Amino acid sequence: MSPAEVDASIRALVEPFNKKGIAIEDATTFAGDLEFDSLTVMDFVAEIEDEFDVIISMNQQAEIENWGQLIAAVHKLQDS
Amino acid sequence: MATAMTETLSPTQPVDLLAKFDPIIQTRETLLAAGVEDPFNLVMEQVLSPTRAICNGRDTILLGTYNYMGMTFDPDVIAAGKQAMEDFGAGTTGSRVLNGTFRDHRDVETALREFYGMDHAMVFSTGYQANLGIISTLAGKGDYIILDIDSHASIWDGCAMGNAEVVPFKHNDVEALEKRLKRIPEGAGKLVVLEGVYSMMGDVAPLKEMVRVSKENGAMVLVDEAHSMGFIGEHGRGVAEEQGVLDDVDFIIGTFSKSVGTVGGFCVSNHPKFEVMRLVCRPYVFTAALPPSVMASSATSIRKLMHGGNKRAHLWENSRTLHGGLKALGFQLGTDTPQSAIIAVIMPDLEKGAMMWEALLKEGLYVNLARPPATPAGMTLLRCSLCAEHTADQVQTILGMFERAGKAIEII
Repeated sequence: MSPAEVDASIRALVEPFNKKGIAIEDATTFAGDLEFDSLTVMDFVAEIEDEFDVIISMNQQAEIENWGQLIAAVHKLQDS
Repeated sequence: MATAMTETLSPTQPVDLLAKFDPIIQTRETLLAAGVEDPFNLVMEQVLSPTRAICNGRDTILLGTYNYMGMTFDPDVIAAGKQAMEDFGAGTTGSRVLNGTFRDHRDVETALREFYGMDHAMVFSTGYQANLGIISTLAGKGDYIILDIDSHASIWDGCAMGNAEVVPFKHNDVEALEKRLKRIPEGAGKLVVLEGVYSMMGDVAPLKEMVRVSKENGAMVLVDEAHSMGFIGEHGRGVAEEQGVLDDVDFIIGTFSKSVGTVGGFCVSNHPKFEVMRLVCRPYVFTAALPPSVMASSATSIRKLMHGGNKRAHLWENSRTLHGGLKALGFQLGTDTPQSAIIAVIMPDLEKGAMMWEALLKEGLYVNLARPPATPAGMTLLRCSLCAEHTADQVQTILGMFERAGKAIEII
């Protein structure tokens, strides 16, 4: 999948978690802009993991603060 | 020159490192301003028995102490501790690997091996340190820890202290565990960390299935049985025994500060190389060993728990009666059926929870007020833990207190 396809796919997954309908750009942060708490993060990450058949460990999650970083990380993970 | 430097260094205001806790201070002040007795500042002026104490000046039934088997006042347990203190002194003043291993440290490890029927036992100064030490030492760089999202803080802290990749899965979800195990790169070390009883809701893990999928996928398994030791399973060995998978669990973690009635933590295992942990596990090496009195009391208590079948049966009766009674009164509980000695009563919010907690305390009942981040899904809980020494009459008294308080606070 290309980065654009990864983006489109995760954009569909995030919708139910984006309760306030925030417009998402690369710089949009999960904790700040989207107000994700730890349980939301877990559920959202689980959806991505299942969709792409990858593992995003908490160590990796700690490095991901915004949307752009997430897309880049998942794009890299699905290739490896 | 020195004088000049002092003069040029203007005293800058330090960044207040405690400022980050302002929201917590605020929440607490709001709660106390409402006139509620401080739920996190209770003092037991006198402890009368495993089930009764004078708390904040009131004669109170204890329903939140984890003293499941009521061993704290067992005459043999007390006598053993007194004798060891007379014979070996008040403390060890040293690490287990230096001058801190006394006769009774060895003896309590022997008692644990007998209790679990396992080859090795290692005693830590607390259960928290047992998880911290074993988890951080077992799983190193490049290894994976797969753990339940509702794991106890000591398990999370063990993960944070080590260098392994940490992969959580949805609470008690066998399929979520299995999927993650299958995605871990070939050849990586895998440690699955589970609990027998989860202490917030008092629910039991499907260990049979979870241990099976872990083994099928080449993982080692650690189970924390802190809240099940002493009364779940035929011999009180915990949920892994109850579900028939104890032999497939690589490491059992437990504590002395619940059913055993003292303080301390442990790990038991059949792994042939287990003894090396004594040399490489930092929370074991770099802290003082427990006092000999605590070790002697613990060893006596563990051996008595091996023959505690009647007490176990009575504790289960208490759990069933309280669970059924609270449910009939209309309280919302953490589990549909009584699964352990913990019964969690779900509160609508922190404010109501604190009011209910206080109303119960004024009735003469102590329970734990549990709130986020300790609780799952942001819930406020009144957590009740039963004791084998609670009489059937006391349980009825407790139900009456819940009914009056619940109606006064308008929760039921």
